[in-house]
Amino acid sequence: MSKHYTRPLDFKHGLVNLTHGSGGRAMAQLVSELFAPAFDNEWLAQGNDQAILPPPGGRLAVATDSHVISPLFFPGGDIGSLAVHGTVNDLAMGGAEPRYLSAGFILEEGLPLADLQRIVHAMARAAREAGVAIVTGDTKVVERGKGDGVFISTTGIGVVPAGLTLSGDQARPGDAILVSGTLGDHGMAVMSQRENLRFDSPIVSDSAALHTLAQALTAASPGLRLMRDPTRGGLATTLNEIASQSGVGMRLKESAIPVSPAVRAACEFLGLDPLYIANEGKLIAICPAHEAEAALAALRAHPLGRQAALIGEVVEDSHHFVRVRTDFGGERLLDWLSGEMLPRIC
Amino acid sequence: MKYVDEFRRGDVARGMARRIHESVQAGRPYRLMEFCGGHTHAIARYGLTGLLPDNVRLIHGPGCPVCVLPIGRVDSAIELALRPEVILCSYGDTLRVPASNRGSLYQARAQGADVRMVYSVTDALQIARDNPQREVVFFAIGFETTTPPTAIALDTARRENLKNFSVFCNHVLTPPAMRHLLAAGDAVQLDGFIGPSHVSTVIGSAPYAAVAAEFAKPVVIAGFEPLDVLQSVLMLVEQINRGDTRVETQFTRAVTETGNQKARELVAHTLALRDSFEWRGLGQVPHSALAVHPDFADFDAELRFALPYRHVPDHKACECGAILRGQKSPRDCKVFGLVCTPDNPLGSCMVSSEGACAAHYHYGRFMETAEA
Repeated sequence: MSKHYTRPLDFKHGLVNLTHGSGGRAMAQLVSELFAPAFDNEWLAQGNDQAILPPPGGRLAVATDSHVISPLFFPGGDIGSLAVHGTVNDLAMGGAEPRYLSAGFILEEGLPLADLQRIVHAMARAAREAGVAIVTGDTKVVERGKGDGVFISTTGIGVVPAGLTLSGDQARPGDAILVSGTLGDHGMAVMSQRENLRFDSPIVSDSAALHTLAQALTAASPGLRLMRDPTRGGLATTLNEIASQSGVGMRLKESAIPVSPAVRAACEFLGLDPLYIANEGKLIAICPAHEAEAALAALRAHPLGRQAALIGEVVEDSHHFVRVRTDFGGERLLDWLSGEMLPRIC
Repeated sequence: MKYVDEFRRGDVARGMARRIHESVQAGRPYRLMEFCGGHTHAIARYGLTGLLPDNVRLIHGPGCPVCVLPIGRVDSAIELALRPEVILCSYGDTLRVPASNRGSLYQARAQGADVRMVYSVTDALQIARDNPQREVVFFAIGFETTTPPTAIALDTARRENLKNFSVFCNHVLTPPAMRHLLAAGDAVQLDGFIGPSHVSTVIGSAPYAAVAAEFAKPVVIAGFEPLDVLQSVLMLVEQINRGDTRVETQFTRAVTETGNQKARELVAHTLALRDSFEWRGLGQVPHSALAVHPDFADFDAELRFALPYRHVPDHKACECGAILRGQKSPRDCKVFGLVCTPDNPLGSCMVSSEGACAAHYHYGRFMETAEA
């Protein structure tokens, strides 16, 4: 396609329309003027239906994640950066070094091209920072009203170092439970921007790529059992998943669980529990008790883990209950999230 | 967090618990009903039962707004929501309340109903302003606490002449429910009430005096923080020991004797007392609920949509009724935690985290396995 015969995309006032997904000239233009230069790498530049990658040199980790967030932009990130971090972190939690991403875009007719450009640039930046290449992609456009601006689905491939085996079924009674920082920041940052809610708050999403933090941890704790990122459903749901998978129970100390004052306050007035709120830049780690100190130190030495904390221990429990000792001296169950998280009425 | 952490201090709690242990008389039962779901939630969330002596028993009351909403009313709301012209707005928890045939507003939404969760009735007004071609109905529920916002919405709608806004009013009142519980023939044995918190900021402490005097039961109006609840238990224990049956206020930082005068006037102006209203678990309770005032009839969804009321009995196996009356606890229910779970609630007490069953399921069920 010769540039001379095409008017450049109007990233100031233009809107996505159905032709951008129809496989014709408009779509090619969107790819050549936006996606290709933003994501630029040798594999994407092959320009074929597939990216052909060099031999990996190790076991492969694959993870996929679809992103449907509303609003698209929030304090601390947007759907673009999130689409990279979400998948990179899923790889990193298995100890993998993230290498490649694919990206599928479902755009809604009427989405401002300016928004799309902002999202794609954020995605490209996040991928560069995380050291992953977006090597293949796809774009579809749905009619107005049939999407929510943009949905992004990413699949990632990473390589797991030899000898490293982390898995959700490896928690053992006596193990230490660590978390890399404050909880609930992402979910509350997004909620503060919701159309029907908008409240002023200093809360910023923690959305970040965790692979270097994860690498620091695996280096410091050779006996590390597993890592998980507590996204949807928050800490509570993730710990319950691990407890079931490993066939163990857990005992946490409420006062040890880090939650920022702003998140606590926002949860307080909305009637929500920060332990059920999503995170996008935190990890939970379980390691043998004697390695807990070294693991904690390694987390705290990393910029993304400064507020890391030891929050509890794995115990034997045939019911797989996660129990919390409250600051008050009582004990309660920290259950799975059921249904959608809804605020209480009175 | 200032003004919150102070009311959650563990060291103060332990001191308070010690004083309760010292004050109770051995062999004497102290059966205290916490009226509100907010109390139920605080008790479960902070594990307060574990701090109390064995002879102090907390009995969950009916003060969970979504729990007492009868099935027939939810059915009506669903019927309304399924009308293509209607946008039904309500507070979060309401969406999950089970209706007939395992339906709910959530289900209705999946069937195409336009149901919107709002945090405030002002959002519902805004939706009405933004959608003049649609009928916006606010599904108003809750105790006295949530009546002033509904009152303001009605007043605003009339001032703005918002012709497409109406209120489906299901507000219920606390003192008549307390009276009903105590007057029932098969009433549970109670020695005192942990009285409503936020409700009393609106209506004040005075309305409970008649109930306390008539049935000779002490009432202590308590805040929703865990220390509030503990201190109220201590105050009730002391009253019971002395043989007192007074209305006392522990929640002095927000409750006065007369409540919020302005809010009460506004409510009286826009909402009117119903002769009778069905409560889930309690049945028909006379003078226990509010309807849209006849002066605001134009904004009354029940009139606008000619909604008939149909009584629907609870599921046979569900013990919500007896639990809401304080006669049974969640663990007495055969379907608790089996057929009825927070993900698939059969009864309304399993819906809101303020409901006795959901609170027990979420926070307390490990205790049973320890006992078993």
